[in-house]
Amino acid sequence: MTELLERIGFLQQGPFSVPRWEALFASMDLLWDGALVTLLVASLGLALALALGTIIGVMSASQWKIPRALARAYVEFYQNTPLLIQVFMIFNAIPILFTGMFIPVITIGILGVGMYHGAYIAEVVRAGIQSIGRGQLEAAISQGFGYIGAMRYIIIPQAMRVVLPPLTNQAVSLIKNTSVLAVIAGGDLMYAGDAFAGRYGHYGPTYIVVGLLYFVMCFPLARLARRLESRSKVA
Amino acid sequence: MIELVGVNKHFGLHHVLKDINLDVPSGQKLVIIGPSGSGKSTLIRCINMLEKPSSGTVTVDGIEVTAHRAPIAKVRQQVAMVFQSFNLYPHKTVLENVTLAPIVVSGVSREEATESGLRYLERVGLSEKADKYPAQLSGGQQQRVAIARALNMHPKIMLFDEPTSALDPEMIQEVLEVIIGLAQSGITMLVVTHEMGFAKEAADRVIFMDDGMILEDGTPEHFFENPQNDRTKLFLSKILR
Ligand SMILES: Nc1ncnc2c1ncn2[C@@H]1O[C@H](COP(=O)(O)OP(=O)(O)O)[C@@H](O)[C@H]1O
Ligand SMILES: [Mg+2]
Repeated sequence: MTELLERIGFLQQGPFSVPRWEALFASMDLLWDGALVTLLVASLGLALALALGTIIGVMSASQWKIPRALARAYVEFYQNTPLLIQVFMIFNAIPILFTGMFIPVITIGILGVGMYHGAYIAEVVRAGIQSIGRGQLEAAISQGFGYIGAMRYIIIPQAMRVVLPPLTNQAVSLIKNTSVLAVIAGGDLMYAGDAFAGRYGHYGPTYIVVGLLYFVMCFPLARLARRLESRSKVA
Repeated sequence: MIELVGVNKHFGLHHVLKDINLDVPSGQKLVIIGPSGSGKSTLIRCINMLEKPSSGTVTVDGIEVTAHRAPIAKVRQQVAMVFQSFNLYPHKTVLENVTLAPIVVSGVSREEATESGLRYLERVGLSEKADKYPAQLSGGQQQRVAIARALNMHPKIMLFDEPTSALDPEMIQEVLEVIIGLAQSGITMLVVTHEMGFAKEAADRVIFMDDGMILEDGTPEHFFENPQNDRTKLFLSKILR
């Protein structure tokens, strides 16, 4: 009997106790708002990352030295420094460099994950372009296409097949990485959870639910990535 | 129509084209013969600047393509190339393969490009395959589509780089027939090939290359019956055994 009571004691007190769960469920609106911000930052961040990644990937697959060097520098810089520090720098350095310039936190989040994942997507795009046989580019060039036109009409549409699964994986980690916004009071899901949990110490239930919400956003994409992967192997 | 003066090409330390001089008048059907690695592909790829000569000048239809800032893309629209490995665009249908560059590069209207494209597909005997994808065709059919794709640019010059070398023997003839048919037109043609029958039938000039140099240059009769160079004789004796 006492043993049983001890077992369920965690329901009465401690980090996962019932009152803490009740408090959380009474304040779910905070988390919904945070989740909306996360979705907003993730989708605009992804759009930015895709645009940057495509341009930089095309540059680094090109034959011209200067665009290639610039692309390499970008990729190495963003891949080899922590996202947290990048976001912190955007947040703190920009108002100093451009005095008085104010950037909304959400914009910082979009720039932060967009530029960071842009570097990874650039590598995915470069590998995709290089997976297409040289003859395709030569055929296009021999017909009068320029490099950009050849990429746009001939190489990238073919590379899409190879590139789609890793791109989807990038989208998943981009969603999770929007949580760095929490360190600069970004209003995102992680921040909302943290702020609520910190007030009364309701970390247990909050982190479970926040984790679940991230899972719900990421899992379908991860599944999609796996499906695309098996399909591109069949074809 | 095409003029190469003192053209050299190096790949690193490898001297692949050695002081090539070649003048191809408009409408000529020039066949280029020579052992593998002798520089035939490199030579014709210098004409549309897929390879940039290390020195010398290449002039195509009055435009020096080796000049700084030459309008190379413009010239390339006039100089169609057919590759050994076809290089059709696999994500496009046959008709799209044939119409893409005319529409996007040359700015021809879709209707016009489609109409002429279908006409050229008809000419290579493949109009009923217009909506198929390249992977659904045999090698010989793919190469004929590649020829239609080249023709739909309405080129003044066509470059063929061993157009039948990647084909199964039973498909070689269907492609050669198309090219022989083209040779009746006024188009300037340069054909790298090992098909001696084709050279005899369609060429009005044959050059023989070895080790980056043109060793023999003359009519097909001259080339097959009265070659001057010892290496040409050796090559012919091996190939015509
Ligand atoms: N892109 C390249 N890089 C280095 N060497 C090359 C390249 N292309 C061709 N070569 C070399 O140049 C020589 C001539 O090649 P090529 O013109 O293709 O000969 P052919 O068409 O007569 O067989 C060969 O020895 C080949 O290995
Ligand atoms: Mg060759």
